[in-house]
Amino acid sequence: MLQTIKQNWFSNLRGDLLSGLVVALALIPEAIAFSIIAGVDPRVGLYASFCIAVVIAFVGGRPGMISAATGAMALLMVTLVREHGLQYLLAATLLCGLLQIGAGYLRLGSLMRFVSRSVVTGFVNALAILIFMAQLPELTGVTWHVYAMTAAGLGIIYLFPYVPKLGKVIPSPLVCILSMTAVAMYFGLDIRTVGDMGELPDTLPVFLWPEVPLNLETLAIIFPYSAALAVVGLLESLMTATIVDELTDTGSDKNRECKGQGVANIVSGLFGGMAGCAMIGQSVINVKSGGRTRLSTLVAGVVLLLMVVFLSDWVGQIPMAALVAVMIMVSIGTFSWDSVRNLKHYPLSTNIVMVVTVVVVVFTHNLAYGVLAGVLLAAMFFANKVGHYLSIDSELDADASGRRYQVVGQVFFSSADKFTAAFDFKEALSRVTIDLSRAHFWDITAVSALDKVVLKFRREGTEVEVLGLNEASATIVDRFGVHDKPDAIDKLMSH
Amino acid sequence: MTHVMACIDGSPQAAAVCDCAAWASQRLGAPLTLLHVLDRRQFPVSGDLSGIIGLGSREFLLQELATLDEKRAKLALEEGRMMLDAARQRALSAGVAQPECRQRHGDLVETLRDLQNDTRLLVIGRQGEDSGDDIQHIGSQLESVIRTMHRPILVTVGQFTPPRSLMLAFDGSATTLKGVEMLAASPLFKGLPIHLVMVGSEDDAVLTQLNAARDALAAGGLEVHTAIRAGEVEPTLHAYQAEHGIDLLVMGAYGHSRIRQFFVGSTTTSMIRTTRTPLLLLR
Repeated sequence: MLQTIKQNWFSNLRGDLLSGLVVALALIPEAIAFSIIAGVDPRVGLYASFCIAVVIAFVGGRPGMISAATGAMALLMVTLVREHGLQYLLAATLLCGLLQIGAGYLRLGSLMRFVSRSVVTGFVNALAILIFMAQLPELTGVTWHVYAMTAAGLGIIYLFPYVPKLGKVIPSPLVCILSMTAVAMYFGLDIRTVGDMGELPDTLPVFLWPEVPLNLETLAIIFPYSAALAVVGLLESLMTATIVDELTDTGSDKNRECKGQGVANIVSGLFGGMAGCAMIGQSVINVKSGGRTRLSTLVAGVVLLLMVVFLSDWVGQIPMAALVAVMIMVSIGTFSWDSVRNLKHYPLSTNIVMVVTVVVVVFTHNLAYGVLAGVLLAAMFFANKVGHYLSIDSELDADASGRRYQVVGQVFFSSADKFTAAFDFKEALSRVTIDLSRAHFWDITAVSALDKVVLKFRREGTEVEVLGLNEASATIVDRFGVHDKPDAIDKLMSH
Repeated sequence: MTHVMACIDGSPQAAAVCDCAAWASQRLGAPLTLLHVLDRRQFPVSGDLSGIIGLGSREFLLQELATLDEKRAKLALEEGRMMLDAARQRALSAGVAQPECRQRHGDLVETLRDLQNDTRLLVIGRQGEDSGDDIQHIGSQLESVIRTMHRPILVTVGQFTPPRSLMLAFDGSATTLKGVEMLAASPLFKGLPIHLVMVGSEDDAVLTQLNAARDALAAGGLEVHTAIRAGEVEPTLHAYQAEHGIDLLVMGAYGHSRIRQFFVGSTTTSMIRTTRTPLLLLR
């Protein structure tokens, strides 16, 4: 056990401490920006980021992944905050945490296997687009100073790393924020700053129970939001965990991550923070900066809070233009550039799934709907493809009075019509044999199609003999026993 | 067929481990397997602290990390193969018929646990390649290995010479009684003198146990001497060892829980730390 603790926390001290610092610096603008998206004080997002990062460091299932207040979650809260206020958001955050813990115990994390690669790509791209769109209000109806500062900020962010020596040691988003703040203060520019957006934290977060009436009415208000938050939070967290798994070539415990996200959200809700989840961009930055273990996440959370609490006067002076520049960087970095290049090589169905996911999300501002649409579409495309694996041959008997049909392949809802159409009912025969011993009947639709075929033949005065029905329909039973046995595959393939 | 498993790495101990395993394999008539585990987590992690992500950052980072790992893994693989070859030559010249070489990826402790069923005796050095020159230092993974394995473990220290006599630290516990049984049944020490040493006060119950153990060992073909000494366990054992020129120690390992160890400390750990001769730990 000591060995595991050492491995999980202290096996990469230097890398984790440094990367935790870098991530904390990048989390501050994000937490502020996402609070503004949700329509709450920056304080709420900063407390949330602190609580979530610190708690998930201990209870998460994916070491080295960064969780905090996120854009995906913030977008779901907008109407709740606008119509009912902050207290209801805190209550919704608590409920969201409970739902996520439940999902962890029900092992719903394994449902992620139904989410195909194209849906994940669509999700990531949609997220990037949403983060970018959320910056637009800061860039409309403002003076030219803001445009100039945003452009300069982006210039610093992308060009500073090329400065010899310093570029690789000082995070360029920090340089951007510091220099933009200095410029704005020096010239006394009249532009919006973080301080104008609402209250900043001046103390450590304190425990508080959301001031909402505990009744069914409240539940009816917050439940739809909590459910959406729970689903989107888990989706993004599990996708991010997969990305970090891939980058670091290590494994993670997905169900523990679900429960961990739940616990983190409950703690966040109790300390006046909004709901959050794992962040793709920040996790990539963490891995890139050398963070690998739980320590990096913990350092990120603690440093974030210390900096904000003790520097809140200075944080308030940061011009929004600098934050917008950082967020544009995050959205560009989150976008999967490969997916655009791959559009040319990938099959059309895959591309449609990806694009539909993106479009649905951008229109509904709800990542859950996009993923649902993507998953359904992908399932339909798959059913359609598998439906092609059905061929029906027939041959006339020697005395020309009967015919023998040989069915090979998959019969289910998508291929049932094709199955029915393959029989020639107009042929005058006294006897028909249907050999199903090399076919699989997957559902009730398939069985009723067979019934229909048999009935039609009988009405024409043809006698029907069905061979091998038992083997063919063995697949109907949802939990058929053969799957559990080692020779399941052989049995399935043998007939 | 269960094997004598020798843990080979780049540490100075590797030669002694190889010699010791070759000796044990010949005594036991068990095949010898030389094992080298490649642990990728030991690679240092490099970081770029610029804190930015641009278009295609994720794909690029994956490529970069994979390439880096690939280069290191190839080198480590090659290096490991050379270590194993050297160890194999050494074992062959020591007279082992067909030493087997195995190289596995993963964590040392987990790998050994997976191979446990093929293992008859595990031979491992006190320090691995990551340990410094500190003579009394215990390798960082040794304790976990010992706690994980349910097989006898021979820990080598310094140069290895075939033992001429051995000592069993006897305390009447279930572990040592089991150990006595194992020693009596094993051909490893057949014909060698063994000193059964008990630290504590002399009383009838103890004496009966000691005599029973002596008879069992004698029946197993060992030449048995018994002794009961008073005093602190560790220094007494070391003193007895020096006095009789004993060059191998046998003892039960980690009989207590980790919690007790945390408060009281462990005799096993401190014996491993202070011993100058190879140590056979029985689980």
